Amino acid sequence: MKKMLAAALLASATLPALAADAVKVGFLSTLSGPAAGLGVDIRDGFQLAMKHLNGKLGDRPAEVIVADDKQDPNTAKQTAERFLKKDKVDFMTGIVFSNILLTVAKPVFDSQTFYISANAGPSQLAGAECNPYFFNVAWQNDNVAEAMGKWATDQGMKNVIGIAPNYPGGKDALNGFKRFYKGNIADEMYTKLGQLDYAAELAQLRAAKPDAVFFFLPGGMGINFVKQFVAAGLSKDIRLITSGFSADEDTIPAVGEPMLGLFNSSHWAFDLDNAANKKFVADFEKEYKRIPSLYASQGYDAAMLMDSAVRQTKGKLDDKAALRKAFEAAKFASVRGKFKFNSNHYPVQDYFLRVVRKDEKGRITNKLMGTIFADHADAYVGQCKMPK
Amino acid sequence: MSQLILEQALNGLQFGLMLFLLAAGLTLVFGIMDMINLSHGSLYMGGAYLGAAAAQASGSFLLGVVAAMLGMAAVGVVLELLLLRRLYRRDHLAQVLATFALILISNETVRMIWGPQPLMLNPPAALAGPVELFGFSYPAYRLLIVGVGLAVAAFLYLLVGHTRAGMWVRAGASNREMAEALGVDVRLLFTGIFALGAALCAAAGVLLGPLLAVQVGMGENILILAFVVIVIGGIGSIRGALVGSLLVGMVDTLGRALLPTLLRAVATPEVAGNLGPALASIAIYVLMAGVLFFRPAGLFPARA
Repeated sequence: MKKMLAAALLASATLPALAADAVKVGFLSTLSGPAAGLGVDIRDGFQLAMKHLNGKLGDRPAEVIVADDKQDPNTAKQTAERFLKKDKVDFMTGIVFSNILLTVAKPVFDSQTFYISANAGPSQLAGAECNPYFFNVAWQNDNVAEAMGKWATDQGMKNVIGIAPNYPGGKDALNGFKRFYKGNIADEMYTKLGQLDYAAELAQLRAAKPDAVFFFLPGGMGINFVKQFVAAGLSKDIRLITSGFSADEDTIPAVGEPMLGLFNSSHWAFDLDNAANKKFVADFEKEYKRIPSLYASQGYDAAMLMDSAVRQTKGKLDDKAALRKAFEAAKFASVRGKFKFNSNHYPVQDYFLRVVRKDEKGRITNKLMGTIFADHADAYVGQCKMPK
Repeated sequence: MSQLILEQALNGLQFGLMLFLLAAGLTLVFGIMDMINLSHGSLYMGGAYLGAAAAQASGSFLLGVVAAMLGMAAVGVVLELLLLRRLYRRDHLAQVLATFALILISNETVRMIWGPQPLMLNPPAALAGPVELFGFSYPAYRLLIVGVGLAVAAFLYLLVGHTRAGMWVRAGASNREMAEALGVDVRLLFTGIFALGAALCAAAGVLLGPLLAVQVGMGENILILAFVVIVIGGIGSIRGALVGSLLVGMVDTLGRALLPTLLRAVATPEVAGNLGPALASIAIYVLMAGVLFFRPAGLFPARA
């Protein structure tokens, strides 16, 4: 007993010293509620990367502090303050929703902490409010929807209704779709963020009779929307198209068969042919017994980007200018193949077309169909005057 | 256009009837026992989780509904005997505090058992598609909900209006002391009412599960609406709860459907998207304020 106590005392005495030496990452994400699937996938992707890196970022031991924002801006703000003031994290990442990112952005940037976004890419932070301490390793919100707008035009769709939640990410998505869709937008519907019953909207769709509905409803919203759309018998007259956010591994297993044949756009696909991706997908399936979603791929890339930056600066995290340069260089093997940052710290990358179908093992999942945009940048970079 | 309004009216009816299942129990507890039970929403959540778990384990949705109703009725009885019984004679503040604590306890309990991620409950396969109705298709499952809601309303009408137990309930609602003096076993009656209310709540939870999501905290949002319903309908009155539920269901659905459409005609989609849902959610409270202005005790006050 005495020995154990001594060992425990010793351990507790050495722990803080170790922790002080570690690179600290504050991982704040939506891990409960209907959108929890997204945050969980980003987290699992991030943790898989940490496993591949042997728990280190750039040869320094790393500590990842995970917290749930409950999809609530106030909770997120409090947790972010705790990360910054009490835990004194070196990096932050993980936030799913743009409205939440926008509420915590200011305190993070004010404390000169780098935020590496593994999901939310609001237009505000890509344009006039771009910031040296912000890097988005996923996409700008408009981009994935822009690809679908381009595709809908190429398909000759004449009459499309757009539906999205009423928050910055939803507005960016419909703006992105409209930017590249040349046909007629019959209607734009903005619903409450987190709405789960779409009976009223579906009745309006039935009355409006468009060719197709472009929906951006991430998480449980999209799951319910597709199920209710099919249950209302609308699928025989109206075509559904979406960005990859509502057509990935968080949604497909929950909805099942009705997802088959759904065309969607994405910056990544699990059957994308490159070495980093093959390793990521194989190990993710082995570790978590499911196919990774695009959210997981973004979490994985976020950790790899952090690793590359710490490595290049040789672990000197106090030199903010050097660290920023190292992030800008983006010298990591992204699971989506080529990747580089634009001057506003948002990606310039390819966007692909995918379709949901059965694979050779009989699983319902996405199949890569081709490239919609190559080396595509966002529309806001011109408004960004990034401080030197 | 008429088809759109008909479909929206059906949606409103479906939503209203589910609210009624919640409000019926709440109004009896509030009206007869003079007890504010904030944890009513937790019974709704508990029912949804219990039903989802039972449906997943047995593969039968019907079994899930039965398990949820019986399970939550039992929980209701235990809760009434152990805790709520001690609160009847206390003031409303003590009741609010105690039942608010119950909300927190049950949310964390559910989180511990089922985890923070919502359970996805699917409707029975036979009801997953649409049915043809007056020349348009309508989801079969929503139609089932309307049917169940109407059946429960009829059952409660007969129970409260035409049975001895119902007479006791009405007597208790209009004058508790007098009913006690006339020899009604009010303690037993209270326990029974509480169990019935919990079972109805649980039924609403499971039935709405496939349309919403079975998740922690699902009871709180709907509880507020249930309170609006019983205030509009008149506290303690089943008839009031039914009329109030249908009014709130219709106003909410039609408001949500028609206001943004009307606004889009005069404003940009973004403004309409901002303003429409906001105005629609205010509409319910405007309705409540209007009803209370003309009838301060609600539409059908139990204590006339």
